[in-house]
Amino acid sequence: MRFLVFAEHHEDGFVKNALGVLGKAASLGDADAVVVGAGAGLAALLGKHGAKAVHVAAGDDNLAAPLPQPRVDVLARLAPDYDAVLFGQSVLAADVAGGLAARLDAGLNWDLVDLELRGDELVGKRPALQDSVYVDVGWTASPRLALFRSGSFDPQEPGGEAETHELDVELSDFSTRTTMVEQAHAEAEGKSIEDADVIVAGGRGLGSPENFTLAEELAQALGGAVGATRAVVDAGWYPYSAQIGQTGKTVSPKLYVALGISGAIQHKVGMQSSGTIVAINKDANAPIFEFSDLGVVGDVHQIVPELTELVRARRS
Amino acid sequence: MARPSNFPPPFAASDYVAEPTDPADERIEVGVLVVGAGPAGLACAIRLGQLIEEHPEMAEQLGDVPVAVLEKGKQPGSHLLSGAVVNPRALRRLFKDRVRMEDLPSYGPVPGESVYVLTKRAALPIPPPPPMRNHGNWIFSLSQLGRFLGERAEEAGATILPETAAQKLLVSHGRVVGVRTGDKGRNREGGELGNFERGSDLVAKVTVLAEGTQGHLTGVALDRFGLRGDDPQVWELAVKEVWKVAKPLDRVIHTMGWPLRTGKRYREFGGSFIYPMGKDMVTIGLVVGLDYRDASLSVHDLLQELKTHPKIRKILAGGERVEWGAKTIPSGGFHALPQRLHAPGLLLCGDGVGMVNVPRLKGIHYAIESGRLAAEAAFRALQRGETPSTALASYDDAVRDSFIWQDLYEVRNMRQVFGRGFFVGGALASAMTVSKGRVELGKMRAEPDADQPLLVTDRDKSYPAPDGTLTFDKLSSVFASGNKTRDDQPNHIRIERRVPREVAELWTHMCPAQVYEVGREDDDGTVMVDVAPSNCVQCGAITAKGGRLTPPEGGSGPEYTQT
Amino acid sequence: MRIAVCVKHVPEGPSRIDPQTLRLDRAGEGALNHFDANAVEEALRLKGDSDTEVVAVSLGPQKALDSLRKALAMGADRAVLVCDDDAAGSDLVASSRLLAAALERQEADLVLFGQQASDADGAVLWAAVAERLGRPVVSQAMELAVTGDSVRVKRQTEFGYDTIEASLPAVVAVSDAINEPRYPSLKGIMGAKKKPQDVLSLADLGFDGAQAGEAGSGTNVLALGEPPSRGDARKIEGDADAAQAIVDFLAEKRLL
Repeated sequence: MRFLVFAEHHEDGFVKNALGVLGKAASLGDADAVVVGAGAGLAALLGKHGAKAVHVAAGDDNLAAPLPQPRVDVLARLAPDYDAVLFGQSVLAADVAGGLAARLDAGLNWDLVDLELRGDELVGKRPALQDSVYVDVGWTASPRLALFRSGSFDPQEPGGEAETHELDVELSDFSTRTTMVEQAHAEAEGKSIEDADVIVAGGRGLGSPENFTLAEELAQALGGAVGATRAVVDAGWYPYSAQIGQTGKTVSPKLYVALGISGAIQHKVGMQSSGTIVAINKDANAPIFEFSDLGVVGDVHQIVPELTELVRARRS
Repeated sequence: MARPSNFPPPFAASDYVAEPTDPADERIEVGVLVVGAGPAGLACAIRLGQLIEEHPEMAEQLGDVPVAVLEKGKQPGSHLLSGAVVNPRALRRLFKDRVRMEDLPSYGPVPGESVYVLTKRAALPIPPPPPMRNHGNWIFSLSQLGRFLGERAEEAGATILPETAAQKLLVSHGRVVGVRTGDKGRNREGGELGNFERGSDLVAKVTVLAEGTQGHLTGVALDRFGLRGDDPQVWELAVKEVWKVAKPLDRVIHTMGWPLRTGKRYREFGGSFIYPMGKDMVTIGLVVGLDYRDASLSVHDLLQELKTHPKIRKILAGGERVEWGAKTIPSGGFHALPQRLHAPGLLLCGDGVGMVNVPRLKGIHYAIESGRLAAEAAFRALQRGETPSTALASYDDAVRDSFIWQDLYEVRNMRQVFGRGFFVGGALASAMTVSKGRVELGKMRAEPDADQPLLVTDRDKSYPAPDGTLTFDKLSSVFASGNKTRDDQPNHIRIERRVPREVAELWTHMCPAQVYEVGREDDDGTVMVDVAPSNCVQCGAITAKGGRLTPPEGGSGPEYTQT
Repeated sequence: MRIAVCVKHVPEGPSRIDPQTLRLDRAGEGALNHFDANAVEEALRLKGDSDTEVVAVSLGPQKALDSLRKALAMGADRAVLVCDDDAAGSDLVASSRLLAAALERQEADLVLFGQQASDADGAVLWAAVAERLGRPVVSQAMELAVTGDSVRVKRQTEFGYDTIEASLPAVVAVSDAINEPRYPSLKGIMGAKKKPQDVLSLADLGFDGAQAGEAGSGTNVLALGEPPSRGDARKIEGDADAAQAIVDFLAEKRLL
């Protein structure tokens, strides 16, 4: 099976999720990649991650900024030669994939966490209904398009060389009617809780509002943001803006550290799609342990200061 | 011994009675305003629609919006919860040949029934006492029926205004002229958020309060117009679950006895119901009179315990809980009915005034019938162009002539004689029903639920630990009620927050939705009660037991779909 | 100016997938997808007191009229519903085809979407619709301003904040950070019923069954399964060495 992977890049590097998807494609068949708006130098790196060939489209100035529609024009030229076109889900990739699906009248499945070959059919896995069921999805039109959740696959480095092909593209006229005035830069006030890769959240088990400094210090050491449960927000320990759960924010950081949180379902639905969940709680029967990757039955007041020190030491 | 009624909430009915304040040209005018999209209110709206259709000349007189129905829930049905085995009588009368029973969203007629007296391990079948016989009655989900009636009401020309709380009763020159709706978009401290939307004065020629159990403005109106009945109203609390099950249940089951205790000092009266909802669902609920005394009693946890009984576990085996909810049932009966069911410009219907036949476990058909009669009375008064101050008295006459009055009168003393409650066992209850109430057993003084002196036992220690499959904790149950109330809104629950420990524990255990928690203890031995109002499913138990529920922001609370 | 807002009617309450059809069970209660309320609000904000017309457009069952009415109650001027039994089960390609055809007729200067559908978690429809309409698209807008014949958008990506300009007519998907949707006023709710509400069938749009529903889709659902358990979940007890154990775990997961 022949795969084309959209190798999204930001500044001088590829997006990790895209590399993970490339690795997965290479494990299932022949994987080529397409790079839009960057030089061949960067493109050559993709061989190492499993690409056989890399298509590079950079000739037109309209391709430089990370805008979706010119990329649809590029991919629409290549896609018909492939069985499947795969994307690591991102703001840009989703817009590219959606546009491409309409352009080619092709099937697009999104939010996938896995992909497998059954015979010569591709089957994707998609969590649905707050991840409570996993749905097997397929395609009835070719090429098959798929978007994968961040963190679905780890990038592989089988090594190897990729041949690069320069690609000339003619852009649709509506593709050039969007201009990037100012490109992404993180704002000074730091990451909001929805964007944070790491969240340290505190619940009633912290014991008092003052003890939220434990969560804050650990979050700072890990480079993350602080979240809170509804119970402590209700009690006035922490602002509503930090509330995670059914009636607060829904987050999916790579790492979620739950301090003194029992794990009521109202909280769970706001954070269950986090990558890795670590919970510290002194109640061994707390529901949070049922969906934690690492559960620590112990006293947050003892463990967290020590943990913060160890993390700081490791990072400095 | 502490009594909850010694710690009254900061609440004055007079705060909820007001003159219209919006400038005259900004008031929203409707013909008849119905408060509450339940069986009573929707029956009223449907009947009004029928009457307007029959008398088109009246449409103009009633204005652009002849009939409006206010509903505090997300939509009709969102706050409806019941057994519900319904006597079809009132539905047939309401719809005549327009809708057949078969066209209603029901689970069919009762296929058969059993009554058991439970002990911890055994189930003793007894012949169903006559009041509990359900032959000819139909099984419904009241929430689904409410949605259906809502659609019929809209077809009949009514305007349904969901997500809107009726906050104040508008009274002008001694006459009810409508209601003021609640504000939306306030923060916890009462401040205005960016999307703040002020409530409105909704003025009407006739206002019909059909708010159901613990109706906020019904209570206000009873006080304002001095309508309260001879006896104080009392309530029972029902907690129920809807289950998807592996094998069909072929009959309606009622149980008495375990897990309630029989000791007289506990005053634990109640029982359970288990009804089939088609082939693959059942509903199971537990009802307990709120005059119980044990501060550690939790109806929610007793229901969890009930499900561990071998007889019941078998019914639910391999199944999955799909919904949960709780609601109070007025059970004061005949003697607790208001003196009058009308006041100038105002009519009162259904559960709000306690039209429940306690021994028969029925109230829905009375609600529907009273709504229908209210529609006719209101329409007659409007047709004659009368200022509806005394004109509405014909509603009281109609109710007195109806089966509502007759039925409730027959069983008027049942409660005092047999303790309390839906679940009265044995021959004595039958005797009373068979004699059509002619046996005069004498009336005893009734006490409000909140007057019962409390005792504290360790009952709560033996509640089963939630396993997430058969038994559940309160918070996950609140989730299963569909409740996703905005947290950052003003507290709608009025209680005295500093109380003796046993009162705080009573509320904590009583509340099926984990709204109350025992907080900090002070030097004088009292404790603070911490409140999480957004958990509230508006069951109304707190009003029975010494606090006062007021309506939160419209659209809050549970979103029942199958209860 | 005319603004079209696409809104979706999504199931409310406990959702389930019908094991027979493998489709989301839409028989129960539904409501306006709450992310779309942000798009309606933004359209109404842009409209302000001007004579701009706001049209709410949906694709769905007859019941989707309830959600359209909510948009009308908030202040939209009229509603269009694409509704056809043959459209049930439409995936992205089919839905975008039908929706684009309905939007084409509105000749809107600006088409707005919410940031995702809360039922299918999809966040791609606007891109497909923009492609079919041949218009520029910007997603994740957290600030939106219309100046002359273009729209200026501040939006959030994984890397921070972009500012993007697009010429009108354009398609913009707004994030839920863009505003706080208003509550419909009582007058709004009462007036909603009387506002124009058009229902279009496939035939009205010039399509037949082959272009909609499962027949017109490019994807299918094969089976339902259980979520995987967190297989290698670990639990440790006691305070001593717990901190070190956590650090080791994070290092192993390459999270440090």
